[in-house]
Amino acid sequence: MIELSQLTKRYGRFTAVAGIDLTIPKGELYGLLGPNGAGKTTTMRMIAGILQPTSGTVRIAGIDIQAQPLVAKAHLGFIPDRPFVYDKLTGAEFLRFVAGLYGQGGRIIERRIDELLELFELDAWKDELTEAYSHGMRQKLIISSALVHRPDVIVVDEPMVGLDPKSARLLKDLLREFVTRGGTVLMSTHTLEIAEAMCDRIAIVHAGRIAAEGTMDALRIQTSSGDASLEELFLKLTGGLSDRELSDLFES
Amino acid sequence: MRAGLRNQRSGAGARAVLLVLLGAGFWTAVFGLAYRILRYIKGVEEIGPLLAGKMLAVALLAFAAILLLSNLVTALSTFFLAKDLDMLVAAPVDWVWLYLAKLGETLVHSSWMVVLMVVPILTAYGAVFDGGLLFPFVALAVLLPYFLLPTVIGSVATLILVNVFPARRARDLLSLVALAAAGGLVLFLRLLRPEQLARPEGYRNLLEFMSTLSAPSHPLLPSEWASGALMNWLLRIADPLPILLLWSTAGAFIVIGASLHRRLYMSGFSKSQEGNNTGGARAAWHRRLAWFLGWLPVTRREFVLKDVRVFFRDATQWSQLILLAVLLIVYVFNISALPLYTGERVPYFLVTLVVFLNQGLGGFVLSAIAARFIFPSVSLEGKQLWLLRSSPLDLRAMLWSKYWVGTIPLLILALTIGIVTNRILHAPPFMMFMSIVTTVCYTLAVGAIALGMGVLYPQFETENAAQIPTSFGGLVFMMAAVSLLAVIIVVEAIPVSEQLRAWQAGEPASPPTSLLVAVAAVFSICAVATVVPLRLGLRRLAELEA
Repeated sequence: MIELSQLTKRYGRFTAVAGIDLTIPKGELYGLLGPNGAGKTTTMRMIAGILQPTSGTVRIAGIDIQAQPLVAKAHLGFIPDRPFVYDKLTGAEFLRFVAGLYGQGGRIIERRIDELLELFELDAWKDELTEAYSHGMRQKLIISSALVHRPDVIVVDEPMVGLDPKSARLLKDLLREFVTRGGTVLMSTHTLEIAEAMCDRIAIVHAGRIAAEGTMDALRIQTSSGDASLEELFLKLTGGLSDRELSDLFES
Repeated sequence: MRAGLRNQRSGAGARAVLLVLLGAGFWTAVFGLAYRILRYIKGVEEIGPLLAGKMLAVALLAFAAILLLSNLVTALSTFFLAKDLDMLVAAPVDWVWLYLAKLGETLVHSSWMVVLMVVPILTAYGAVFDGGLLFPFVALAVLLPYFLLPTVIGSVATLILVNVFPARRARDLLSLVALAAAGGLVLFLRLLRPEQLARPEGYRNLLEFMSTLSAPSHPLLPSEWASGALMNWLLRIADPLPILLLWSTAGAFIVIGASLHRRLYMSGFSKSQEGNNTGGARAAWHRRLAWFLGWLPVTRREFVLKDVRVFFRDATQWSQLILLAVLLIVYVFNISALPLYTGERVPYFLVTLVVFLNQGLGGFVLSAIAARFIFPSVSLEGKQLWLLRSSPLDLRAMLWSKYWVGTIPLLILALTIGIVTNRILHAPPFMMFMSIVTTVCYTLAVGAIALGMGVLYPQFETENAAQIPTSFGGLVFMMAAVSLLAVIIVVEAIPVSEQLRAWQAGEPASPPTSLLVAVAAVFSICAVATVVPLRLGLRRLAELEA
């Protein structure tokens, strides 16, 4: 379960996130949508404990991440948008290291590492340094690292970037299976079809605030949009270039 | 992000002032030293100007060797690994302009440090030999082609290497070659015993002295042309040949470099996009190390293992051990070359001085090693900080791992240097004891200061570990470490000196009260210098945002 209460992040006079309130219960896959610079990644990094909020609270599995960071983070798996790993570790060593960060090791973890590498078809690369991995392989390794310690909550920023169609499908199934088993997922994405197909509820973030939130039907009612697609809702809430503006761009 | 930028701006002013002051101090010192030496040499009858010319040629040759090594590594980055290359190669830019632009970039990046060294030296030459107002322009006209030569050679060598090896493997190889060559150069220069040049009376005749002087030289070396062109101007000799040789050779080299670039660059650039398949990393010693560290809690064990693995697999990190080995050999060689024990009894003042000099130099060597290996350790986590901050990692465990992984080898090294050099110096037992106590305390403190400063001045964007110690934070660390060393030496100086005097005079040892007070003071100072930086580092680490 993830609970955000009046979550705010300011950089000087610029407010990146402006008092977000949000509750994502167990067994729910929640999507965060918004244009570039809307505050999605900042919000997710505050939930993961990487950024410190200017004000407000984040609770993971009922635990305040600022009051008890180590206990709260033990329930969390974070998948960032850019797959930075240690170039000079092998895939297996990286997963072993991540498990170690969560205080886990031994035969159970070795089995888990083998399972995950096989699932993501990285088993042949298990003992190769990650500097030889492609972007997609690194992304799959990071996804594996977020699962190696069996978290209750997964926060995932742009999960499909760099993945081939087979791996993207695998990840979708995996996240759905994870929430079916009582896990909580918060996912940000720019791929509206994925959000529409996968998420139980969606929030559209604009200028650091939640502009609209709920299921697809609830969003349509909130925005009085009839049976509009998510793309139309998104553009209505966040603004887009008009046909006239595009025409001016090419004619000038 | 904006707050970070504002903090950076406010700190930038202070940094600039400090750097300007340090730079001015450095230039004044180099100028002062060069000026005094040249004034002395100019006064030597008959061979004065010749000697000055030879010295300039040797200095320029040493700079050329440094430039060649520096250009090798820089050219690989600018021509093959730079982030702007994808855009430039894809753009309709003529290959000649790309080549010239990247050559210029390589020249600037690899030569600026040498230029900083050359300016005060040539200013001293101009001042002593009355070079006049045009001398700076003459120097520029000489040095530009002279610096272009190693830049072209370095970029051509890199071009060929990248066509043979993948770029990342080539980078490892180049780092290794460059460092080994730099180490060899330092060793070579030291083993030449340059101090003997200052004692011409040690040579049997003028001919032998001159042959020693001309040893690292040849008429076909560009360093001879450059020094010849500069000395011709200073001595009012109308001979344009050296400067013509320099410019024509530089021009020919650029043409050769450009034609090779045209033939080989695209295939090399394409190859540089390939990954570095190392064929795995299944060394048995990693498993043995894991077994050996089995007693540690799992988080700390995995952290130590990760740090050790990353260090020994990254050529830009472990290859610095070569320089370290050279530094130590030169240091011990210098100590053993001291003319202290030639059969005569040496005054106690000199022994005290040398023993303290040893303590000071040993401490400085330790600080330099800590700057190389401990200071960068947190910065190297840069891009992976998201993982460490989002996991339930106790930051104390991380600092603990980094502190001991860096400090234990440093301590072993420090004790070895201390014991070996004190034995060479025939230091009395109490001096050996003092040396060991001081070394242990200082090493623990300097490790903590290096780690703490590394957190306070992180360099998360740097890809090459070797560049981190040369940052502003590295400079601040070196100043802090040297200041601590000075305080320790001052505290110990008087009591140790008294004990040494009594020991040399064969007097019964006085009660070592003052010595014990000094030891207690050093212990307390070092304890504070250990705890405070680690605490500050821990607090800063908790605030760091990835």
